[in-house]
Amino acid sequence: MTTPLSKPKRKDPTKRTRIPSLPPGKRSREAHGLTAMAAVGRFALQVCNECQKVQYPPRQICSNCLNDKLFWRDVNNGGKLLAETKLQHSNDTYFRDRIPWRLGIVIADAGPSIVAHLGEDCIRDQRVRMSLSIDRAGNAVITARPEKPTQLEEDDVQLREMAFNPKDRRVLIVDGKTELGLRIAENMVAAGARDVFVGSAEPWRSSSYLDKINDLERTSIYSLDVTDTESVKELASMIGDKVEILVNNSYHLRMGGLVDKFDINTAHDEMEIHYHGLMRLAAFFGPIMKLRSADGPHGASAWLNVLSAYALINNPDLATYSASQAAALSLSQCLRSEMAAGGIRVLNAFTGPIEDEWQQIAPPPKLIPDTVAKRIIKGLQDGKEDIIIGAVAEEICARIAENAKEIERTIKL
Amino acid sequence: MDITRNKYDGIAVCAPVTIPYTRYSLKSSHWFCGQSIAALIKRAKIKKEAIDGFCISSFTLSPDSAVGLMQHLGTSPRWLDHIPMGGASGGVALRRAARAVQSGDAEIVACVGADTNHVDTFRNTIATFSQFANDAVYPYGSGGPNSSFAFLTDYYMREFGAKREDFGKLCIAQRENALPVKHAMMKKPLNMDDYINARTIADPIRLYDCVMPCAGAEGFLVMSIERAKFLKLPYTQILSTIERHNAFPDDPIQYRGGWAIDVDEFYEQAGLGPKDMDLVQLYDDYPVICFMQIEDLGFCDKGEASKFIKDKDLTTKGNFPLNTSGGQLSQGQAGAGGGFLGVVETIRQLTGEVLGYQVDNVQNGLVSCFGMINYDRGLCTSAAILSKGDL
Amino acid sequence: MHNENKKPTQLLELVTAITRGNIKVIDLTMTLDRKVPTIVLPPELGQSWPFRMEEISKYNEKGPATYWNNFSCGEHTGTHFDAPIHWISGKDLPNNSTDTIEPEKFIAHACVVDCCREAEKNPDYLLTIDDVCSWEKTYGKIPPRSWLLMRTDWSMKKTPEEYLNLDDEGAHTPGPHEELIPWLIDERDVIGFGCEDVGTDAGQASNFKTPMPCHHLMHGRGRFGLPALTNLDKLPAQGTVIITPPLKIRQGSGSPVRVLALIEE
Repeated sequence: MTTPLSKPKRKDPTKRTRIPSLPPGKRSREAHGLTAMAAVGRFALQVCNECQKVQYPPRQICSNCLNDKLFWRDVNNGGKLLAETKLQHSNDTYFRDRIPWRLGIVIADAGPSIVAHLGEDCIRDQRVRMSLSIDRAGNAVITARPEKPTQLEEDDVQLREMAFNPKDRRVLIVDGKTELGLRIAENMVAAGARDVFVGSAEPWRSSSYLDKINDLERTSIYSLDVTDTESVKELASMIGDKVEILVNNSYHLRMGGLVDKFDINTAHDEMEIHYHGLMRLAAFFGPIMKLRSADGPHGASAWLNVLSAYALINNPDLATYSASQAAALSLSQCLRSEMAAGGIRVLNAFTGPIEDEWQQIAPPPKLIPDTVAKRIIKGLQDGKEDIIIGAVAEEICARIAENAKEIERTIKL
Repeated sequence: MDITRNKYDGIAVCAPVTIPYTRYSLKSSHWFCGQSIAALIKRAKIKKEAIDGFCISSFTLSPDSAVGLMQHLGTSPRWLDHIPMGGASGGVALRRAARAVQSGDAEIVACVGADTNHVDTFRNTIATFSQFANDAVYPYGSGGPNSSFAFLTDYYMREFGAKREDFGKLCIAQRENALPVKHAMMKKPLNMDDYINARTIADPIRLYDCVMPCAGAEGFLVMSIERAKFLKLPYTQILSTIERHNAFPDDPIQYRGGWAIDVDEFYEQAGLGPKDMDLVQLYDDYPVICFMQIEDLGFCDKGEASKFIKDKDLTTKGNFPLNTSGGQLSQGQAGAGGGFLGVVETIRQLTGEVLGYQVDNVQNGLVSCFGMINYDRGLCTSAAILSKGDL
Repeated sequence: MHNENKKPTQLLELVTAITRGNIKVIDLTMTLDRKVPTIVLPPELGQSWPFRMEEISKYNEKGPATYWNNFSCGEHTGTHFDAPIHWISGKDLPNNSTDTIEPEKFIAHACVVDCCREAEKNPDYLLTIDDVCSWEKTYGKIPPRSWLLMRTDWSMKKTPEEYLNLDDEGAHTPGPHEELIPWLIDERDVIGFGCEDVGTDAGQASNFKTPMPCHHLMHGRGRFGLPALTNLDKLPAQGTVIITPPLKIRQGSGSPVRVLALIEE
C-alpha cells in the first residue's frame, strides 16, 4: 500500500512558498514521439517496420537492421524490475527539492531496458506495469507501478507530480450555469476535492444548475464573468492563490453558418467568452498558479480547457462557434508553453456534441454532461494532456490524422 | 581468413607527466593541455616542434576540439586525433599513437587527457552528455552517473552476492596507495567503519564509492625506441592492446564489459597471462566496475571478484598491487584525465618515475580503461599490457 | 441672422442663475460601468452588449503621458434615449433616428409622477390614465411637449438582481398601462415617456394585448423614450427642464445619454 498523502493544511503565513523548478527539459525531436503518446495516455514505443524490433531510447534508425521506417505502436507495458536505487543526491534543483527519489531499470516484455520513475510499492525482481507520463517540465517520461494496482496508488508522491488528482486539491470551475458545470462540480466533490469554487456571471439570470451546485458540500459560488476584465481580476485577487486546478468550461454555442448567416454580434459573444475570456483568465489566474506549483504535494497543478472537437476542424453548421473554439485552442497552446515554465500543465478536453439545449438538434451520438465530467476527472487523474471524449470526437481526431481534406469535405452535424 | 594483428615492436611509451589536480580551477582546459605539452617537452628535452602528432582527450575543451587547441598551442602537427571516449581514452590514445609512429605517419606523439573544473562544469557536462542520456536518463533524477551506477551496483550485488565490505576493501587499499601523492583530493586514510556508514548518494552507492571531479591533466609521449634511447628517456613497451565499443548490447543490464570479448586475444598477443601481471590499474569510477574488470580481464570467473580479492593485499606493498597511486577514487577524476591516469601510472611504475609509492620488482603492468555511460551502460572499453623497456 | 448689438439677456440670465445656484442642475444619469445591468432578452435573439471598458494606456509604456480607454456597449445600455426608429412602428417616420431628430426636441419640460408607494407594494404596478388625471388635480395639467417621467425610486435598488427582478415568467418592473400611452399622445401631446427601470415598458409588457405599448405606440407616433433615470426624487412634480441629446450616430436607434435636469429653487 502506498503511504497515504498527508491532508492539506491551511497556509502558514510566516513560511516562504517553495519556488517552482523543473526537471531537465532537453529532448531530441524523436523523443517527443513519446510526448505525443503520453498526451493521450498510450504506452507506445517505436517499432521497426522491417524487423519489428522495439526501440528505446527513441532514435531515427533501427538498432537492429538500420531501417529508418520506425513507427510508434502500442506495445505491451509489462516488465520486470531489474535494479533499483533511491536517489539521495541530485545535480538538479527539481529533484534536490524532492529527494529521496526512487528510480529503477525495468526489462520490458517488449524488449528494451528502460530507466523509469518508480512508484513506492514496486519491488525488485517483481513484475511492473509501465506508463508514459508527462513530467513537470512537460516532457514524456516512463513511470512504473506494480503489475497489480495497490491501495492508494494515487497518493504516491512521485507519481503525483505527473498527474492532477483533484483529491485534496481546490478546484475552480469557471461556469456554473450549465449542466456540464454542475456535473463537473458534483464529480469533483465525489473525487475528494478539498474545495470547489464555481463561477457565475450575470447574477440576475437564475439557473437551476447553479441552485443545485449551491447544495453541494465544500462548494462555494463566486461572481465571475469572463467577458469582464475587472470581474476576472477581482476573483483572482480573492481566490487566485487557492486555485490548484482550474477548469475553464466557458461555453457559448449558437448554431449557424457564415455566408447565409451574417451575425457579427453572436460571433463577438462567442469570441468574448471562448477567446478573450481565456485571455483574461490566463492574465489573472496564470501568474499566481505558476508561483504555487511547487507548494507542497497539493500545490497548483493543472489548467483544463473544455473545448469542442470542432476546434480542430470547422463544422459549417457551427461556423463561428467552431472558429471561436479554434481561437481558444490556439491560445491554449501558448498558455501551455507559458504555464509549463512555471510547472503547471495545460490540458484540453475535446468533446463531440453534448446533450444540452443549444445542441438540441444535433443528431446522436451525443454526450451527456455527466459522462463528459467523469472523463475530465479521469483525464486529470491519469495525467493526460489531450482528453478526447466520445465517439464523435475520437472519429474526428482519427480522420484528421488520416486525411484532413477528407473530413473537411464531409463534416456537418 | 585469419587476420593476426601486428605487434607493437619498436614503440616506446615514456615521459609520464601530471598537472597537479585541484578541486576547482579558473583556468581553461586549453591551459591544462598547454601545461601538459610544456611538461612533456621539458621532460623529454625536446623542442615543441619535435612533437609532430597529438592525441587529445578533453570534455571542457568544447567548443574547441583538438583542432582549435593546435592553433592555441601554435603548432602544426602532421597527425592529430581527438578522442571523445572519456575514461577509455587513455588506452585508445595509446593504440592510435603507437600505430601512427609505427607506420611513420608521425615521429613523436603527445597523448594528453586534461580537463578543467569550474563550479558548474560537472553539472553542464552531464546535462549534455549524450542524446540518450538527455532523453532517457537525465530526466530521471538528474543524478548523473551516480544513479546509473547505482543500478549496476544494485544488480551486481544481488546477482553475485557481493557485499559492501568487499567494495570497501578495495576503496581502503586505494586510499592507502594515494596517501603520498601530494595533489590527491582525498588526503586521509579510510577505514571500514567510515566507508560503510558514509552518506548515501543513491542506494547502494555511498560517498566513498564516488570519485571527486576535479581539474588536472595526465600525459605521455609515444615514439620509437631508438628515439627514446637517443633522448635517454626511460620507456615502456606495448605488449598488447584491445578496444571495444557498445559490447553486449542485448544484456538487459550491464554486468560485463567489452574486455570479455577480446580478453583471449589480449593475452595471446602479449604472450602472457593474468598471473604475469605485476601491477594492475583498473578504471575505478565506482568499485563495481573494478570488480567487473577483474572478472572480464581473466583474473577470475564472472561474479567471483569478491572471492578473488579476499586473500589479496591490494596496496603497493601487497601481493596484488591495484591502482597503485590510489586510482580516481582517491586522486580525483580530472575529467578525461581520469582516462589517462591508469596508463600514466603504469608508465611511472615501470620507468621508476612515481609520484607516490614504487612497487618493487615490476616488469609487466596491465591497465584497463572504461568510459562513456551513454544510456544505461558504459560503452567504451580499452586495455593495454606494458612492460619495462630495456635501456 | 443675429443682431450683434442686442444682448441675449434671457440666456445670460439663465447662465447667471445657474452660477448663483438659483437654477440647480441635477444629474439624472446612472454611471456607466461594467456593473450596469442589461435588459434580458430571450437567448436566441440578438443580444445587446453590456458596458465594457479596456484601457488603452495609463501613463505607461502604452502611452507615457496619457490615460484613455476604448469602451463598448449597446445603444440602449444604461440611462439612454430611445429614438422612434428603434421600433418597427416608427421605422418610416421622418427625422426618426438620433442623427435626424430636431435638436430643439432635446430640451423640454418634464412632469414627474410619484409612484413610489404603489411600486413598492407591487413591482408590476402600471400607471393608468386615472392615476395621471388624479395627479393633474394636484399639480396641474401636463403642458404640451412635456416628458412624462414615472418616479418609482427603482434606481435605488441595491443589486442587479433586484433591479431586473426576474423570475421564470420574466421581469417584474413597473411601467405605463397600455391605454395610457395613446391618451398621453392624443390628449396631452407628450414628447416622450421616461422611467427608472431598465426599459420604458413594464417588465411584463410583452404579455399585454398591445405588447410593449410604450415602445410600439410612442415610437409609432414619433415620440421618445428615456429609461434608467436616477434622482427623480430630487425633482418637483412640474417645472423641470431636462436636456436629453443622444449621440449623433448615423441611423442610430438611441444611445446612452447624459440627462441634465434644471430646476428653479
